[in-house]
Amino acid sequence: MDAMVRELSYAQAIQEAMAIAMDMDERVFLMGEDIGVYGGAFQVTGDLVERYGADRVIDTPISELGGAGVAVGAALTGMRPIFEFQFSDFATLAMEQIVNQAAKMRFMLGGEVSVPVVMRFPAGSGTGAAAQHSQSLEAWLGHVPGLKVIQPATPYDAKGMLLAAVADPDPVMIFEHKLLYKMKGPVPEGYYTVPIGKADIRREGRDLTIVATSIMVQKALDAAAALESEGIDVEVVDLRTIRPMDKQTVIDSVKKTSRLMCVYEAVKTLGIGAEVSAMIAESEAFDYLDAPIVRLGGAETPIPYNPDLEKATVPQIPDIITAARDLVKGVR
Amino acid sequence: MATASKAVTDSRANLPFVYRHYSAEQLREVLHKMYLIRRFEEGAEECYTRGLIHGTMHLSIGQEASAMGICMPLAEDDQITSTHRGHGHCIAKGAEVKRMFAEFFGKTTGYCKGRGGSMHIADVGKGNLGANGIVGGGIPIAVGAALSSKMMKTGKVVVSFFGDGANNEGAFHEALNMAAVWKLPVIFVCENNGYGMSTSTARSTAVKNIAERAAAYSMPGVIVNGNIFSEVAEASHQAIARARAGEGPTLIESKTYRHRGHSKSDRNRYRTKEEIEDWMSNRDPITLFESELREFGFIDDKGIEAIRDAVAQEIAEGIEFAKASPSPDISETGNYVYTEQA
Repeated sequence: MDAMVRELSYAQAIQEAMAIAMDMDERVFLMGEDIGVYGGAFQVTGDLVERYGADRVIDTPISELGGAGVAVGAALTGMRPIFEFQFSDFATLAMEQIVNQAAKMRFMLGGEVSVPVVMRFPAGSGTGAAAQHSQSLEAWLGHVPGLKVIQPATPYDAKGMLLAAVADPDPVMIFEHKLLYKMKGPVPEGYYTVPIGKADIRREGRDLTIVATSIMVQKALDAAAALESEGIDVEVVDLRTIRPMDKQTVIDSVKKTSRLMCVYEAVKTLGIGAEVSAMIAESEAFDYLDAPIVRLGGAETPIPYNPDLEKATVPQIPDIITAARDLVKGVR
Repeated sequence: MATASKAVTDSRANLPFVYRHYSAEQLREVLHKMYLIRRFEEGAEECYTRGLIHGTMHLSIGQEASAMGICMPLAEDDQITSTHRGHGHCIAKGAEVKRMFAEFFGKTTGYCKGRGGSMHIADVGKGNLGANGIVGGGIPIAVGAALSSKMMKTGKVVVSFFGDGANNEGAFHEALNMAAVWKLPVIFVCENNGYGMSTSTARSTAVKNIAERAAAYSMPGVIVNGNIFSEVAEASHQAIARARAGEGPTLIESKTYRHRGHSKSDRNRYRTKEEIEDWMSNRDPITLFESELREFGFIDDKGIEAIRDAVAQEIAEGIEFAKASPSPDISETGNYVYTEQA
């Protein structure tokens, strides 16, 4: 890539992607609660309203269902809205429009329309916001054919995947972990895309495949670095997209390492870990497994307020290290 | 839409709106379309009874003047969102009955290639963005389409049809509020047929008239007799003018009645035979419009007969077209979930 590469935060990378998308295509506009002069609850839209005006950076009333529906209707009729939910938890208020309308409209109408809407969901725990502002609901939407669901884990991917999402003709749901917003990393200037539906091998290794999503990718990489000194060589696969899932990259990795662990923040059961595990169990990689598959996910509770309890609710680096060590050493 | 010449309109000065505003030919076409809606639904119902159509359907028989009155003053590229009771809206906006029958039969020649059926009938080419199986689901979508119109400066007006049941959904209130705040070119049309499935508006809705809810969103709320074509068309005409002038949305409450039950499972236990009989005998919208046309000299018995015959033939041909059309191949079950990438 020739473009100049700078260090940007994850939030800045998203903001830059939205600005580029608006520069490139006058159909692109932003909608959401307090995304104008306030700059968004997490300052992701920042000062975009000053640069693009209130007609393209639209503050909505606190009406998640109606707002999502307006975005769907605008996308259906030729615009390219990027709709920000203030917290991913508020998707619960808009599920009707996301699940029944955005996801199904093309199908129900026999391919006569498309709904190129992008929805952004600040997600996850770790900010002391307690049970109604800290959930990881990506698997809910990942269960719905017609949606694409992505979880960029780095500033580079956040920008490139958002630009890919805007260019995509179908509805794309982006789950952004709130603790990643301040994470810095190299981001090239200008336009580039990171494909939706492609996982990324973030670290190569021989002994164990860790499939991680979102903030757990960095935690898995930190765990892998610590395990290296113990002679355990971990491969970290950043899933990046949960629908449509890049099965082949995971299958190939497991065939190489013969061990699989899934690490994700959402509640452990009935989620991404179950899907990845079952996918491997159904694949030719099953015969290569030397040990049972391990899932490391969130506790079966709402997210608590107390910071110690909050941390204990989701996998932390020491948890990953212990589970990985046990798996490779055959303790489990 | 072309209007009648000045000389003609002068001679009609004391007649109701539509007779001053539209040509005799246009008015006869309205009657033709109202019959087409009625006979289409009767034909669909018969095909369902004979097992040719599966699933369910929600018939709008008795509400034809409402659909035609709202759609007649719209331009071809204006858009609508419709409801589960949406066959009439689809025909009123210009759809071909043969492709609608084909959709009900689940055939590839249907408007949705057999993927949507009655409840998702659409005709995007004529501006019908689709019927909707979710009560109130289309209302915010219409507001989004109106936002597109404003942002892209296309001048399009968007109509959102919904029933009395939808006025108690949150989506209704959120959508009306946003449309008013942003002064969007959208018209909210509540077809109040008295019952949300079995629950009457008296038992479900705190206001006597749903149009009163417009006041909460600072927009005009207009009540019309939904069984009188001219009343509905006049209200629609005024709301369209307001929308096109950038003055924002209007809520029209079109009071009407469905002769049939809610869907095919309805046993009509929540209303009396006398009530249904009264609406069918004394307030049928087609009978009312036909009498006016005759009384004001726009049509004679022969003309009416010609319309009925033409419609009967169109319906018969439509059903034949649907029967003869191919079903989708099972191998295509996964089509249209996502946009096919080249």
